[in-house]
Amino acid sequence: MSQEMTGSEIVLRALVDQGVDTVFGYPGGAVLPIYDALHVQNSIRHILVRQEGGAVHAAEGYARSTGKVGVVLVTSGPGATNAVTGLTDALMDSVPVVCLTGQVPTHLIGNDAFQEADTTGITRPCTKHNYLVKDIDGLARTVHEAFYVARSGRPGPVVIDLPKDILQGKGSYTPPSVNGHRSYKPKRKGDIDRIEEAAAAMAQAERPLFYCGGGVINAGPKASHLLTELVKLTGFPCTLTLMGLGALPASSKQFLGMVGMHGTYESNLAMHHCDLMINIGARFDDRVTGKLDEFAPHSKKIHVDIDPSSINKNVRADIPIVGDAAHVIEDLTKVWKARQYRADRKKLDAWWAQIDEWRGRDCLKYQSSDTLIKPQYALERLRELTKGRDDVFITTEVGQHQMWAAQFLPFEKPNHWMTSGGLGTMGYGLPAAMGVQVAHPDALVIDVAGEASVLMNIQEMSTVAQYRLPVKIFILNNEYMGMVRQWQELLHGGRYSESYMDSLPDFVKLAESFGAVGLRAEKPADVDGVIEEMIAVDKAVIADILVDKAENCFPMIPSGAAHHKMLLGPDDQADNPISEEGMVLV
Amino acid sequence: MTERHVIAVLVDNEPGVLARVIGLFSGRGYNIESLTVSEVDAEAGLSRINVVTIGTPMIIEQIKNQLDRLVPVHSVRDLTEEGPHVETELALLKVAGQGDKRVEALRIADIFGAKVDDTTLESFIFRLDGQTEKIDRFIGLMKPLGLVEVARTGAVAISRGQEGI
Repeated sequence: MSQEMTGSEIVLRALVDQGVDTVFGYPGGAVLPIYDALHVQNSIRHILVRQEGGAVHAAEGYARSTGKVGVVLVTSGPGATNAVTGLTDALMDSVPVVCLTGQVPTHLIGNDAFQEADTTGITRPCTKHNYLVKDIDGLARTVHEAFYVARSGRPGPVVIDLPKDILQGKGSYTPPSVNGHRSYKPKRKGDIDRIEEAAAAMAQAERPLFYCGGGVINAGPKASHLLTELVKLTGFPCTLTLMGLGALPASSKQFLGMVGMHGTYESNLAMHHCDLMINIGARFDDRVTGKLDEFAPHSKKIHVDIDPSSINKNVRADIPIVGDAAHVIEDLTKVWKARQYRADRKKLDAWWAQIDEWRGRDCLKYQSSDTLIKPQYALERLRELTKGRDDVFITTEVGQHQMWAAQFLPFEKPNHWMTSGGLGTMGYGLPAAMGVQVAHPDALVIDVAGEASVLMNIQEMSTVAQYRLPVKIFILNNEYMGMVRQWQELLHGGRYSESYMDSLPDFVKLAESFGAVGLRAEKPADVDGVIEEMIAVDKAVIADILVDKAENCFPMIPSGAAHHKMLLGPDDQADNPISEEGMVLV
Repeated sequence: MTERHVIAVLVDNEPGVLARVIGLFSGRGYNIESLTVSEVDAEAGLSRINVVTIGTPMIIEQIKNQLDRLVPVHSVRDLTEEGPHVETELALLKVAGQGDKRVEALRIADIFGAKVDDTTLESFIFRLDGQTEKIDRFIGLMKPLGLVEVARTGAVAISRGQEGI
């Protein structure tokens, strides 16, 4: 008979047995017993955030930069409801997170008790799964199961709602079981016949294209390595989604840049004109496909995804393969080699010649200026001044700066790029950067931010100060919600309704008030000095880069348009007004 | 083209499981024509949800895949797609009236094979099982004859042959 423990002790023991070393949280009445138990142990480090939303984003940053499950601990009621945005974000971007929420004692549930909320009800649609623990005997098993569910298959957030009386009660601990889950058994190995079929299609393709996404990152660094090998072996071009950046080194000659609404011209045209699309771990998101009925009209599509519900959701797959990206890429490579397949050199060369012609348009070029800091220039300088370092982690907020970061910063490895893709959560970047820095204390962690987004979770500067996290917040400050302003310019006749950021703080003084270093660049000549100092200082830094307020993010596929109808720059914009049909889309 | 499909879902009988299934349908904008749920194996703690839905083939495939990835779901079977199956529904109808209408109601009930579960001098409660369309027809006929109230279970279905879910 195992030893009796309190519910709180059981929870912490289960976390330790699941390999947890860090928890991001905020205490409150219902979780006081866990905080009490945390106080008398040394295995788990608790990072006290300043708002629960920050805790979830920090756990996401931690999870995405390590491949481990991120853990959150919050109280009942407002603690849980504040976590909802982060949970939804983690669900959309398939980030493994376990969120422990306090709950009022079981006998008070349903009585509208103080700080009571129907947490399992509220979080059901924004989690992969959730639990309300009503029996202490099932507590340890539930925690272990939550970790299994969060990390297996397509990863996602899991909530465990813990009534206070369960945390204070006594029960026995159950170690993690080696037996699988009784109903949830995601398929990891792809069907070999389908993989044979896919390899044969690849050997016959004239204009093939790899289109890979976050599924490759989630399958672990091995998957990215295998993908890089396969891309090399076949000689095919490869594009990546926003979530997939880093799955193939940006320096690879076969990398066409990001695909989608603000992806490169060559990527989007290659998507439109390819005759074989090899989608690995991407989900045909509307930001990638544009107008669905004109999407890649001439192509046969292979779709590899661990989540069967991603297949045939938006785009019909000709060769669907359900499985883990690493396993499928490995098998695909084996078949390709065993059958001694090789691409038709002549046809592939012609395809590359076409792609090189598209590349020649130099779609990321912008009008440089001697007086105004172009945001693209600031990022180019950041890229140059961090060149050669392999310990650079980038997080972003959401908006123009995010797209520019995706376009201009090079990602050589997986797990070094943390951005809110699916949900598009402003305020993600600063807390996510904290989570990354906690996991990688010596790394250079940079939050590429906009001045509007960063204010959404600016309270986390206090957390940054408390734990002396040397995160660098690189604000491309255009005094506008830039992407909102861009859409208002393109779609709403330049009526800039409520998108101007009035009454901004002095970011230099704001940094200083939190014990961080504040820097400012006002003209192009300042930029290098600011970046160099930002990197050199062994402290948190807010670098306020005052950029051109009118700059728009190009290239752009207007909403409702097909890939080949990209706008390449301001001149294109005037010639191609966006259709009414596109206006209703987001 | 939309199609009507009968889908059987075997789930853990645990709190919230029905809310998960229903939330999936409402959250993703799928249709529910009818839905029934009941425990079917107390020892193993399993419930069966029978859901009738309407959608394009792509949507129907989505519904099945989305259901299948819910953690407490053990199996999802599309009985319509899998072929021959037995499908039935139960309805209780209260019909009130006197004189000719009352006689006519009883006569039609007899033709349909409906049972009289209860009667007063002014009303009947009929019980009818069978295909959904048969029940629809019966209800249609009872309307002018004094139909007061209907309770229906929605369809339950099971595949033919020796294989189980």
